[in-house]
Amino acid sequence: MYKYDPIDQQIVNERVAQYRDQTRRYIAGELSDEEYRPLRLQNGLYIQRHAPMLRIAIPYGLLASKQLRKLADITKKYDRGYGHFSTRQNLQLNWPKLEDTPDILAELATVEMHAIQTSGNCIRNITTDQFAGIAPDEIIDPRAIAEIMRQWSTFHPEFALLPRKFKIAVSGTTQDRAIVQAHDIGLEFYKDSNDQMAIKVWVGGGLGRTPILGTVIREHLEWQHILSYCEAVIRVYNVHGRRDNAYKARIKILVKALGIEEFKRQVEEEWAHLKDGPLTITNAELDRVAQYFEPMPYETLPAHDPSFDAAIACNPAFATWVKRSVQPHRVPGYRAVTLSLKPHGKAPGDVTSEQMHVVADLADAYSFGELRSSHEQNLILADVKLSDLFAVWEKARAAGLATPNIGLLTDIICCPGGDFCSLANAKSIPIAEAIQNQFDDLDYLHEIGDIELNISGCMNACGHHHVGHIGVLGVDKDGSEWYQVTIGGKQGNDASIGSVIGPSFSAEEMPGVVQKLIEVYIRERHEDERFIDTVRRLGIAPFKAHVYADQKKGATA
Amino acid sequence: MSNLIRLNAEGVAEIVQDEWIRVIPTALGEESVRKQAGKVVLFKLTGETTFTPEQIADTQIPATGKVLVPLTVWQARKAELQARFDAGDVGIVLATHETAEALQAEFSDMNSLPLVAVFVERFADGRIFTLGNWLRTRFGYKNELRAIGDVLRDQLFFHKRSGFNSFLIRADRSAQEAVASLNDFSQPYQGAVDDVPVWRRVNRS
Ligand code: HEM
Ligand code: SF4
Repeated sequence: MYKYDPIDQQIVNERVAQYRDQTRRYIAGELSDEEYRPLRLQNGLYIQRHAPMLRIAIPYGLLASKQLRKLADITKKYDRGYGHFSTRQNLQLNWPKLEDTPDILAELATVEMHAIQTSGNCIRNITTDQFAGIAPDEIIDPRAIAEIMRQWSTFHPEFALLPRKFKIAVSGTTQDRAIVQAHDIGLEFYKDSNDQMAIKVWVGGGLGRTPILGTVIREHLEWQHILSYCEAVIRVYNVHGRRDNAYKARIKILVKALGIEEFKRQVEEEWAHLKDGPLTITNAELDRVAQYFEPMPYETLPAHDPSFDAAIACNPAFATWVKRSVQPHRVPGYRAVTLSLKPHGKAPGDVTSEQMHVVADLADAYSFGELRSSHEQNLILADVKLSDLFAVWEKARAAGLATPNIGLLTDIICCPGGDFCSLANAKSIPIAEAIQNQFDDLDYLHEIGDIELNISGCMNACGHHHVGHIGVLGVDKDGSEWYQVTIGGKQGNDASIGSVIGPSFSAEEMPGVVQKLIEVYIRERHEDERFIDTVRRLGIAPFKAHVYADQKKGATA
Repeated sequence: MSNLIRLNAEGVAEIVQDEWIRVIPTALGEESVRKQAGKVVLFKLTGETTFTPEQIADTQIPATGKVLVPLTVWQARKAELQARFDAGDVGIVLATHETAEALQAEFSDMNSLPLVAVFVERFADGRIFTLGNWLRTRFGYKNELRAIGDVLRDQLFFHKRSGFNSFLIRADRSAQEAVASLNDFSQPYQGAVDDVPVWRRVNRS
């Protein structure tokens, strides 16, 4: 993975000093709340229900074991001994003290980490596929460009105070796993007809209050121009995006208002001035950064391992885990392992300090000392030998990290919701827990198969409910908490936004509602059909009919 | 004590006396707010404060000295200001929703202006950075470019990198203290008005 040189380290160190002084001035009353707000936000610090919340950047989801150990120690020393992996591959602390945040950042800087631009109206952490570099369906490893873009966007002077937040995702696979279409800019890498790395550029996607999937603004962009092209897009947005209404301030609203053709015309006009200028990425710079993402020193291994095959044959629990938690790898004899942060009945994405140490040890022992976080809020060991899988499983299981539910109904994506977030309409974690408890039977979960259930506590959509096969959204009705259910949302190349099935439900009803949706699916599914396929084939009508069947009209408003 | 910071020819920050008198249209409290209710066509005008023709006509322009006038005032009253402009005694203020093109329409040689200022009403309005960038890189403006209005130390580094070389710090804050923030970072990553990207600046391999 990328290693800081003295320039990177100096920038992060200078940031700590700058932020320390800003926080000092705020505490001393020299900065008003309003003036300090964007400064702290651009350092990932929210003021929330109970305490500030600190969001630590994990650039494109890649972590070294030593960084994870540092995070574990920080959660112990400054928080309550756990952290929360977010849907944008970052780590959040729920209980830090404002006065401690400069020290936390100083500790992070010692392991080449920071919280820069994890929040605020600026270019945020760039996200990607958790299997980047090892996925069999990958055409281009996007991480070198992602790192170049991380550096470019860090303290970008022109884009420091945009109308609203700006999220970029990159992906280089045939099957999109980074939801590029749900980002302000989505970059899809591919090889063009000359066998050169090229990029398809999507713009104007985003979830939140007005969910919109992105539109292709450019089919073919040579990689050398990615910075100048993004500058042109963001410049048009910076000047013309709305600043009078935060709900209408995302680039998606501008693109819709102008129309993609006019927006594109303005971008191209701007780009004509920037193209081929100093922002053009040189081969030397790409090579310098790409060397950090070279393939790991893999051993030459046979495609099969007898001890692994034997363990599968005689240990059904291990076999079940392998089926869900072990993903293919492009190198023979290796696999990726997803450690589940979704044990039933716990807040999705939460991980304790002790668990972080276990994962760091596993990474050192079995996966070249590195790991990744996914936007599904799990952790990944990307390079495990087949012959080591059994040992990894045993250790992960002992630490509560081996629930074999990856990709199943209880692998829920869930925002912090009303328990932590002051914007929430409703709690989301207890809903996730109740659904997990309702579906605690593993055989039944496996019988249901692949399905994605996403929960957000309000229309800001931090839990990606719009693109969940089943989406749950907290809504407020006369001051009490209700839940609106959508089905048919999907991430990936054929992304879609879910449709609302009808009036909303109380918290107690929610597990039963999910149960009913599943019943319709089981009844109607064709062989090998996933839940989402059945919904797409049948539409929402049969689901709706069954869910609302025994409710008297008007029982739920 | 002056609150004006200016970079000298060597790029070193100095606190200097402000020799310019800012011309501010009267009755600032009653500017009309142009809201385009329900329409999302002209983003630039949505919710921006602008001066009415009456306000502009009523604006007091001091009889002597160097005057810094809003573009709209210049547009309406350039006849009476022309001689002073010729003597190098007129500078122009752009609001963040105004364009560099509009300035150029008035001054085909922008460098005939000794001073252009951009007025930022709220510090969080990042359009000022793009405007600075455009004036320097697209329109070749070389003279003094000043940030005025809600100008605070925590944005200074960005102003500087976007082409500004003078900064009038908000009256209730200390320019003395703010100077330090011009050097918050010693080797920034990206290219901007002041420099090329770091990988073209230094050998990192
Ligand atoms: C607890 C404090 C949090 C607050 C106050 C907060 C605030 C917000 C707001 C206001 C939006 C909507 C922005 C917009 O539509 O322009 C949003 C969207 C989002 N947030 Fe959060 N959030 C919080 C926590 C989280 C967490 C923990 C995650 C990850 C699990 C997260 C991930 C996201 C994502 C993925 C979106 C959707 C982005 C999009 O619109 O495309 N947020 N958040
Ligand atoms: S979706 Fe709403 S409730 Fe959930 S974290 Fe985001 S802002 Fe808070």
